Amino acid sequence: MAAELTGDGRGGLRRRAGLRLWLAGGWLALMALVAVFAPWLAPKDPLAQDLFLGRLPPFWQEGAEPGYWLGTDSLGRDVLSRLMHGARIALLVALVAGTLTGLIGSALGLLAGYYRGWTDTVISRAIDIWMAFPPVLFSILLVAVIGPGLTAIIVAIVVIDWTRFARVVRAEAMAQGAMDYVTSARAAGRTRAGTLLAEILPNVLPTIVVLLTLEMGIAVIVEAILKFVNLSVSTDAPTWGGMIAEGRTSIHQAWWVLVFPLVALFLMVLSFSQLGEGLKDRFDPVLR
Amino acid sequence: MKLLRAILLRLATTAVTLAGVAVIVFVVIRVVPGNPIAMMLPPGATDEDIARLTAHYGLDRPIPQQFLIWVGGVLRGDFGTSITNRQPVLDLVLGRLPATLELSLLALVIAVLLGGAAALTGTRLGGTRTEAAIDVANGVALSVPDFLWGLVLVLVFGVLFPIFNISGRVTPSLDLPFVTEFYLFESLLRLRFDLLADLLSHMILPALALAIPLAAIVAQLLKQSLKETMHLDYVTLARTRGYGETRVITREALPNAILPTLTLVGVQFTFLIGGTVIIERLFSYEGLGNMAIDAVINRDLPLIQGIVILFAALFTAVNLTVDLTYAALNPRLRHGG
Repeated sequence: MAAELTGDGRGGLRRRAGLRLWLAGGWLALMALVAVFAPWLAPKDPLAQDLFLGRLPPFWQEGAEPGYWLGTDSLGRDVLSRLMHGARIALLVALVAGTLTGLIGSALGLLAGYYRGWTDTVISRAIDIWMAFPPVLFSILLVAVIGPGLTAIIVAIVVIDWTRFARVVRAEAMAQGAMDYVTSARAAGRTRAGTLLAEILPNVLPTIVVLLTLEMGIAVIVEAILKFVNLSVSTDAPTWGGMIAEGRTSIHQAWWVLVFPLVALFLMVLSFSQLGEGLKDRFDPVLR
Repeated sequence: MKLLRAILLRLATTAVTLAGVAVIVFVVIRVVPGNPIAMMLPPGATDEDIARLTAHYGLDRPIPQQFLIWVGGVLRGDFGTSITNRQPVLDLVLGRLPATLELSLLALVIAVLLGGAAALTGTRLGGTRTEAAIDVANGVALSVPDFLWGLVLVLVFGVLFPIFNISGRVTPSLDLPFVTEFYLFESLLRLRFDLLADLLSHMILPALALAIPLAAIVAQLLKQSLKETMHLDYVTLARTRGYGETRVITREALPNAILPTLTLVGVQFTFLIGGTVIIERLFSYEGLGNMAIDAVINRDLPLIQGIVILFAALFTAVNLTVDLTYAALNPRLRHGG
C-alpha cells in the first residue's frame, strides 16, 4: 500500500516480483503434486512396452491412439506417464541434492568467513581448486567412479556444487562478523560458536534460501545431463534426461518424444530460478 | 614493483591450484572399480596378458608412485599414452583443442554482440514496452542453461526449420586443404568462403546455445552500468550540447560503462568453456569435450587426466589474463593506490 502511495515505481516492481513468485511457486507445487500422485495419475504403466504402438503421435495429430495423450516413444511406452514418473525423480534429486549441497556448503562458508585464520585458508584454497574444474566433466567423471544410480548423481552434485554456497556465505559471514552487533554479542559473553549460530546465521539465512532455490534448478539440470550422457542408467527408469536422450536420436521420426520432456524440464528450471530471483527481491531491504 | 609482486604471487597460487586439480583427478579416477586394461582386451585374454599390460601402463604400482612418475613425465612434456588410441595424450588433446577454442570464441563473440545490442536497445528505448520485453527475454535467457538452449535450437533449427546442421564440425565429404586444426581461422585466411559457410552452418547452433546465457549476463550488467553512467554530469553536458540520445549512449556513456562488463565477461568465459563439454556432445562436435566424455566412458585414465588438466590450465589462464588486463586498464590499481 505504502509503495503505491509513494509512487516511486517500486510498487510496480514489487507487484511484478510477487506475480513471478506466485507463478513459479504454483508451477512447482503442481509438479510436486504430480510427482507424489504419479502412480495414481499416470494413465499407463511408464515401463510397459508395446512394439505395435511404437511412435504414436500426440492426441491432436492424425494416427493418434486414444489413451496415449502425448504419444509413445519408439518402444511404445506412454510419454505422458513417463513424464509424470520422471517428475518424481527430478524433484527428489532437486530436494535431496539441493539441501545437502546447501548444508555442507553453507557450513563451510560460515566457518571460513567467521573463524578466518587457517580454516579460511584451507577452505578458500579448496574453492580455488574446485573452480578450476570443468563442472560438467567433473560430474560425469564422479558418476563413472561411484557407479550407476541416483545416489551417485546426488553425491556428484554435492561434491561439485558446495562451492556455490561456500563462496557467497563466506563473504556474507565475513561482512556480518565485522559489524557492531556481533562485537556487542561477544562482549555480552556469547561464545564464538554461539555468536555464529545465534547472530550471524539468521542474517545469512535469506541468502542461503535464495541459493538453495537456484541450486535445486541446477540439480535438475545436472541430473538430466548425466542421464543424457547415459552413464548412470538403468534405461527403463523414466527420467526426463533419459527421455531427452532417446528423443534426440529419433528426432526426425518422432519429435514429441523430445519436445515434451524438454518443455517439462525447461519450465521446472525456469520456475526454480524465478522463485529464487523473486525471493531475492523479497529479502532485499531496498525493495522492501 | 608492487604490480610485479602481485603477478608473481598470482602465478604461484595458479601453480598450487593446478597441482591440486592434478592430485584430485589422479586419485578420483584410480578409485574406479574394474581394471581398464581388462575392459580393453578382447574377451579371450589371459590373466597373464592383463597383468603384463597393466604393468606396461604402470597401473600396478602404488598411487603416490604413479603420480610422481606422471608429474615427472608432464614436466618433460609427456602426458602419457592413451589406452584406447595408443597415441600420445598430448597429441590427441592438442589436436582437439583448436576445435573447442574456435567454438568457445565464436560463442563469446556472439554473446557480446547479442548482449551488447540488447543493453543498448534497452537503454535507448528505456521506459517503453520494448525495454520491458527485452528484460523478460533476458530473465528467461539467464535462468535456462546452455544444455537446454542447445536442445531447443536442435528442435527449432534442426527439425522445424532445417536450415543449419545439428551434427559434426564440417561436412565429412568435403575436401579440406587445411594444415592446422584451426579450420575456421584458416578458411578465413585462405578466403575459402565455401568452407567457411559450411563450418559456420555447423558451429552456429552450438555456439548460440553457449552464448545465450552469457549474452543475458552481458546485457544485464552493461545496461545497469549504462544507466548509472547516464546520470553523470559529463553525459548531461553532452546532452545539453544537443547531441542525439543514440550518440550520447554509444559515444559518451558506453566507453565508461564497459569496463565492469569486460571483467565479468572474462570470468564468465571460463563457465562457457566448461559448457562446451555437454554442448559438443549434444551436437556431435569433434572437440575436446566430446573426447573427454568418450575417455570417461572408455576408462582411458591417461587421457582423462590430460584433458582435465588442460581444461584447468585454460580456466586459470583466462582468469589470469582477466586480472592482468584489469590491473593494466584500471589506473588506481596500476599506481598501487
